[in-house]
Amino acid sequence: MRLKINGVDEEVAATTVAQLLADRGINPAVRFLAIAVNGAVVRRAEWSQAALKAGDAVEIVRPLQGG
Amino acid sequence: MNDPFTIADTVFASRIFVGSARYPNQQVMLDALAAAGPAMVTMSIRRISLEGYAESLVDLLGGSYRILPNTAGCVTARDAILTAELAREALETNWIKLELIGDRELLYPDVEQLVHAADELVRKGFTVLPYCNEDPVACQKLADVGCAAVMPLGSLIGSGRGIANPAAIELICARSPVPVVLDAGIGTASDAAQAMELGCDAVMVDTAIAKSHDPIRMAAAMRGAVEAGRLARLAGRIPKRRFAEPSSPQLGLVGS
Repeated sequence: MRLKINGVDEEVAATTVAQLLADRGINPAVRFLAIAVNGAVVRRAEWSQAALKAGDAVEIVRPLQGG
Repeated sequence: MNDPFTIADTVFASRIFVGSARYPNQQVMLDALAAAGPAMVTMSIRRISLEGYAESLVDLLGGSYRILPNTAGCVTARDAILTAELAREALETNWIKLELIGDRELLYPDVEQLVHAADELVRKGFTVLPYCNEDPVACQKLADVGCAAVMPLGSLIGSGRGIANPAAIELICARSPVPVVLDAGIGTASDAAQAMELGCDAVMVDTAIAKSHDPIRMAAAMRGAVEAGRLARLAGRIPKRRFAEPSSPQLGLVGS
């Protein structure tokens, strides 16, 4: 199904947030990562339950240098 | 070493905040931070790249410094609020440096959106430190909605122009019910000292250190300048006089 990941339209097979990370080779235990789906933060404990549906907008962010 | 100061529930021994951006390389950044001895180090929140993810910067800094995430680059309250919530999730801190800009060339704050976003974030339990314009009315509004400090700009971010409106900064400091941290536009050590002399509780510096010819030396200079400026403030300066007032005694002059 088509989702928007970090602003980019993509076709993904994943149906949960955890699955999406796994498909991208991101270790689910990685620290300092935060995820929002449709403007709402999905907490780490909910990643495996949080379902994704077509048209969802997902933000996957981390801290970077900044002033 | 300066007298400590408090923002919200936290006492800080250092009166300088430093950014983590624009250094020539990571080692210089670490050495500069060590020379500055900051109370907090700021970081931005950004989308991970498609290639993958490396957590190294937070690992590098988080052990030694308190990290303050920012909402740099946000132009809407909605984006700033979401960024703050993501920052809270990623870094496990309620503290946020709120930046909401109204002009991409000037990076000047959009005060209306800023006050609205600050209000909402305070209600959501954040400790909000807003980057704002050097306007006593805006600063009062931000304090009124519950911001833990205000961070008025000296001049445009990265411009190195120092404190463009010292009178305004002095007024803000005199009236603010919350700590004042001068943020943006510091160019060299004397600017940081001036901020403290005007009554600021602390200063925030990034570009002036990171892009100087010798960031480690400049970081040390900034640390000294903040300490000197704060001491001078506490010492109580002499007034500015219109005419000369001789320092040597007037009596007993040779040839008189």
